[in-house]
Amino acid sequence: MVRQAHHERPGKKLLNDLKEIALADSVIELENITRVYQMGDIQVQALSGVSTLIKRGEMVAIMGPSGSGKSTLMNILGCLDTPTSGSYLFEGKEIGKFNDDQLAEVRNRKIGFIFQSFNLLRRTTAAANVELPLVYGNGRGRRERALKALERVGLAHRANHKPSELSGGEQQRVAIARALVNNPSLILADEPTGNLDSRSSNEIMDIFCQLNKKDGITLVLVTHERDVALFTQRIIFVKDGKVVNEEILKTGSEIR
Amino acid sequence: MKLTDATPLALRSLTANKMRSLLTILGIVIGIASVISMVALGRGAQRAIVTQIQGMGLNLVMVFPGATNTGGVQGSVGSQASLTVKDAEALVNSADAPSVAAVAPETRQFAQIVAGGVNTNSSVLGVTPEYQDVRLLDLAEGDFVTQQDVTARSMVVVLGSRVAETLFPDGNPVGQIVRIRERPFTVVGVLKSKGGQITGSVDDSVYIPLSTSQYRLQAQRRGSALSVGTIYVSAANSSSIQQTVEEVANVLRQEHRIVSDDDFTIRTQEEMMQTVSQVLAIFTLFLGAVASISLLVGGIGIMNIMLVSVTERTREIGLRKAVGAKKRDILIQFLIEAATLSAAGGAVGVFFAWLLTRAMTRIPMGNANINPQLSPDIIALGLITATAIGLFFGVYPAARAARMNPIDALRSE
Ligand SMILES: Nc1ncnc2c1ncn2[C@@H]1O[C@H](COP(=O)(O)OP(=O)(O)OP(=O)(O)O)[C@@H](O)[C@H]1O
Ligand SMILES: [Mg+2]
Repeated sequence: MVRQAHHERPGKKLLNDLKEIALADSVIELENITRVYQMGDIQVQALSGVSTLIKRGEMVAIMGPSGSGKSTLMNILGCLDTPTSGSYLFEGKEIGKFNDDQLAEVRNRKIGFIFQSFNLLRRTTAAANVELPLVYGNGRGRRERALKALERVGLAHRANHKPSELSGGEQQRVAIARALVNNPSLILADEPTGNLDSRSSNEIMDIFCQLNKKDGITLVLVTHERDVALFTQRIIFVKDGKVVNEEILKTGSEIR
Repeated sequence: MKLTDATPLALRSLTANKMRSLLTILGIVIGIASVISMVALGRGAQRAIVTQIQGMGLNLVMVFPGATNTGGVQGSVGSQASLTVKDAEALVNSADAPSVAAVAPETRQFAQIVAGGVNTNSSVLGVTPEYQDVRLLDLAEGDFVTQQDVTARSMVVVLGSRVAETLFPDGNPVGQIVRIRERPFTVVGVLKSKGGQITGSVDDSVYIPLSTSQYRLQAQRRGSALSVGTIYVSAANSSSIQQTVEEVANVLRQEHRIVSDDDFTIRTQEEMMQTVSQVLAIFTLFLGAVASISLLVGGIGIMNIMLVSVTERTREIGLRKAVGAKKRDILIQFLIEAATLSAAGGAVGVFFAWLLTRAMTRIPMGNANINPQLSPDIIALGLITATAIGLFFGVYPAARAARMNPIDALRSE
C-alpha cells in the first residue's frame, strides 16, 4: 500500500497542470455551483459558488467544518439533488437538464453511494441488500453479481446474514458491495468511517484504495478525520459553501 | 421494478407485520363476505321465486279485488267486496271470454284447526273442484273437493301436506275429523307438498268447499252477492295469455258496469315475476349498499395502514431512490402492497361467504328452499372488487411515497 503524503501548498502551476489532465477525462466538472435551501422566509446558502474538477480514476477527500456544505455537495455530485445555479457536467453531460427519471438512471448505472449510517434494509440478507440496485436496472444473474460484489469486499461467507448479525465494519462493507454491484464509474461516500473504530476504518479505506487502484473507480469521500483523508490523493477543503483550499497528497505521476 | 420483484416484496413486508395486516384486512373480509353472500342469497331467492311462480302454471291469470296500484297488488278496499261468485260464473259462461279454460274463485280466512289435542293456525280456503286443476295441485291421498260437496255445502276438508303432518303425525288423516272454528270437518284428502308460493303456501293451507266457507264459516249477509277473495283463471293457451287478460277485464267491466277506473286488478305470472324481480333487485341493492359501507371502511383502513407503512419506511424509500428507483417503481411497490393486502382480505372474505352460504342452505326459511348460489363469477367479482379497493385506497399513500425527496427521506429518523 502506497501512502506518500506530500504536504505541499498547491502551487498555481500544479493546479493548472492538474486541470489540464482532468479536462481531458474528467468525471466531475463543477462550475460555480450554488445551492440555496428555502426554509419558509429564510434562505440558507449551503453552497456559494463551488468550482472543481475530479478526474477519472481519482480518489479525493472533502474536508471542512460541520455545516460547511460537504453533504450538500455530495448530494449534488450523486445526482440526488440539483444545484440552484451553476453547471455540473457528469461524464460530460449537463446534469441540471436531467429530469427525475434520468437522474435515477444515472444514480443506478453510474454512481454508488455509501452512507455514514450504512442504510441497509434490516429484514433482508446481505446478498439481497447488495442486489437492490440491480432490481431497478435490467440485468440478469442478480444473485451471482451480488455474491461477486460481496466477494470483492471479503464477505462472501456472510451473504445470507441479516444486517443485525453483522458488525458495523461488516455492514459498511455490505454497503460498499451494494455500491459496486452495478460497476459504477463513481463511488461517493459521505463520512463512511464516521461510525466505525479505527481498525474497521482502515479496513474500509483499504477496500476503497483497492477499488480505486485495481478497478479504476473514481472515489469521492467526505471525512472529518485527517488519517482517513491521507489515504486519498487529494483533499478539497470546503468552508461556508466554498472551496477554500486544495492539498495534493500524491503527485500527478502517482495518480496512475 | 417488475411485478415479479414487487409481489414477493409486498408479501414479505405484509408478513413482517402479521397481526397488523390481519387487523387491517378485517374490514375488507367482512365487507367482501357480506357483499358476496348477499348477492348469492339474492340470486338464490330469485331462482327460488321464479321456480315457484313457474310452478303455478304458465297459463295462470289472477284477478284480485281493488284497483291497480303502482305499488303492486292491493287488497279489497274497505267493506266493498269487488269480486263475487257471480263474476266467476260470468267468466265461465260469457261468450266474450272464449280463451278462458277454467275459473276457480277462492275465499281465504285464517283460522285455528284442531285435531284431537293438536292444533295449528292456517289459511282456510274456500274452493271449487276446478281449483285443483287451475292451481296444479296433486293429491297424496283421498279426493279433492267435488261439485257435490259444493252443492251440498259439505263439511269436508282437504289438508295441505304440512298441516296434515302437524295434526296427524302418525299418518292416516283421511276419514278423521278436524275442527275449524269449532265446527267438525271430515278429512277427505291430503295434498302433495309443493313448497312455498308467493300467493301463500299450499302446504300450510286447508281447502273446503266454497259454499261451505261462505255459508257456514263466514256470516254472509243474505241477498248480497257472495264475495270471493281471488279469482284464478286458467287460459286455454299460455301463448295468448294477454288476450285472456283482456277478455277477463272486459267481462268484469261489464259485470261491474265500470265506465272509468277498474275496481279489480289482473296479474299474470310474468308480471308477478317482474314485480318480484324488481323488489328483489332493490332489496339486493340495499343490502349491497350496506355491505359496501363495510368495504369503504376496510378501504380507509388499508389507506391508513399504508400511510403508516410509508412513514415507517421513509429511509427505505430514500435508499431505494438513491440506488436508482424511479417514482414509478416506488408507486408500483406500494400499490402492489396495498392490492395484495386487500386481495388477501377478499380471499378470506370469499372463504367466509362460502361457509356462510353453506350454513344458510341448512337453515329452512319458511316453506321456501332458498339455496344461495356462490358461483365462480360472484367469487371473481369479490376478488376483483377487493383488489380494486386496495388499488384505489393505495394510490394516495403510494403517491406520497413516490413523491418523497430522496435526501430528506434518507435523513429522516
Ligand atoms: N434540507 C435542508 N434544508 C435547509 N437547510 C439545509 C438542508 N440541508 C442542509 N442545510 C443547511 O445547509 C448547510 C450545509 O449543510 P451540510 O449538511 O451540507 O453540511 P455538512 O458540511 O455536511 O455538515 P456535517 O459535517 O455536519 O455533516 C447547513 O447550514 C445546513 O443547515
Ligand atoms: Mg454532512
